[in-house]
Amino acid sequence: MDLRVPRIRPRALKVWRRNVLVWRKLITPSLLINFGEPLLYLLGLGFGLGMFIGDMAGLPYLTFLASGIVASSAMNTASFEGMYSVYTRMVPQRTYGSMLATPLDVDDIIAGEMLWCATKSTISATAILLVASLLGAVLSLAAVLVVPIAFTIGLCFAGPAIVMSAFSKSYDFFNYYFTLVVTPMFILCGVFYPIESLPATLQSFVQVLPLTHAIALVRPLVADQPLTNIGLHLAVLLFYAAISYYLAVILVRRRLIV
Amino acid sequence: MIHTEAATAIIEAIGVTKRFGAQEVVRRISFTVPRGQCFGLLGPNGAGKTTTIKMILGQSPLTAGVLTVFGKPLPDHASVVRARTGVVPQEDDLDPDFTIAENLRVYASYFGLEGRGLDTRIKELLEFVSLTDRAEARVDQLSGGMKRRLTIARALINDPDLVVLDEPTTGLDPQVRHMIWARLRDLKHSGKTLLLTTHYMEEAERLCDDLLIIDHGAIIAQGSPKALIREHVEPEVVELRGADGRIESLLGERADCRIESVGDTVYCYTHDSTPVTQRLQGTPELSFLHRPANLEDVFLNITGRDLRD
Repeated sequence: MDLRVPRIRPRALKVWRRNVLVWRKLITPSLLINFGEPLLYLLGLGFGLGMFIGDMAGLPYLTFLASGIVASSAMNTASFEGMYSVYTRMVPQRTYGSMLATPLDVDDIIAGEMLWCATKSTISATAILLVASLLGAVLSLAAVLVVPIAFTIGLCFAGPAIVMSAFSKSYDFFNYYFTLVVTPMFILCGVFYPIESLPATLQSFVQVLPLTHAIALVRPLVADQPLTNIGLHLAVLLFYAAISYYLAVILVRRRLIV
Repeated sequence: MIHTEAATAIIEAIGVTKRFGAQEVVRRISFTVPRGQCFGLLGPNGAGKTTTIKMILGQSPLTAGVLTVFGKPLPDHASVVRARTGVVPQEDDLDPDFTIAENLRVYASYFGLEGRGLDTRIKELLEFVSLTDRAEARVDQLSGGMKRRLTIARALINDPDLVVLDEPTTGLDPQVRHMIWARLRDLKHSGKTLLLTTHYMEEAERLCDDLLIIDHGAIIAQGSPKALIREHVEPEVVELRGADGRIESLLGERADCRIESVGDTVYCYTHDSTPVTQRLQGTPELSFLHRPANLEDVFLNITGRDLRD
């Protein structure tokens, strides 16, 4: 197995750019999904559920929920792109095979894909932020800082998703990851309620999950609260991104460079 | 003495070996491809052709041996080697999300090629493969032959010194095949080095200056098509159909030919076909074909007629 530490080079942007060009062709349906889904969540859950809940942890429920959905949607977008789309390009479509006949390497391909997944996360998080601010859920201008944070969240979840693609023999395999990893984080990491309301043991477990840290960064910015432990939260996200990038490169090398 | 790259080999393989676990798929093969040559890599399915090509492109590490392209050892210099190489893979891997022109443009970007010069290059390449009027078509609207032609154009986008073609004409109609042959000859005349694998012996005979026949991962013959025919098979062949076990009585003692039977066909390999054909003239109910030996006879003679997977 080729365990060499991957090199991140500017040419990775060529892979990113290819995906941007494809995305531009499908811009209308993609943006509809980006805006439509959060609108549904915020209107349905935020207003519907918010009516009964009122405030949550000292915040209007719509604000609480919107900040959680921004982070979890960055997670979902990167996970989907890193699995279904990356797998499509790697296996049935042979896009990586064609790239490996050019000066591009697996290192460049995975770096470019992670940047692209993070870009899509940023697009979807920004769309939700816009919808939330139209509904009056965004309480601070500092919320614009959520945009670069969404990119970091995207990087953090893109890597593990690509690792899954590298292992996968078919699309069905991704159900495990969604059921065992993405959905539990969505439920447990503080999207819908503060993690402090969980039992103590579960709370410490939830602390190692990246979505918890993603929400810890996004919520204060949206809700006009003081940001604490920024270094720690960013470090956790970047740690997951770096480790999973390395793993993804090794595993995709093993799959394609045989 | 002046050392230029022109004097050195484009590809040099010394004792190249590839193992997958216990299975040895390429066994200590050594060969040299000089600049400007069309070099053929022939062999039955599973002989190790595609694995050899993957090693040449740095897409597969060597288990043992030394392999250099443009004097650069692989797989360590894969990026540098691939920057100067064009690849036509065995299976189409065109980008279905793009039009024909976009396929070329995006692929060019992987080589760092952009700007005004690229537009001209794309126009020239589309002309070269007669796809100019389809530039805006989507890939899934193309026939198999058009896809192959586009793949060839794509392989030339970086003006490569070496073009590697893995079964470029498999599954194509004769019109496209002849067109591709003509283009490959053009490329050779323009000084490019070609490495070609094919299952069509006629193709190898027409295009290749030198070729290698490999089987079970090892080289079993090497030389120009003419030299291989001279060395490995009798110069003339008479093919007979419908002889039904009467072959000995028909040809008699004096025929002096080597006989192989496949189904209802009998092949007589001989140095002098006159006695055989004279006898056959007397049996009008038998259809026979008298022809010079070709590369396919060589191939079947040295790799055998057993089916491969």
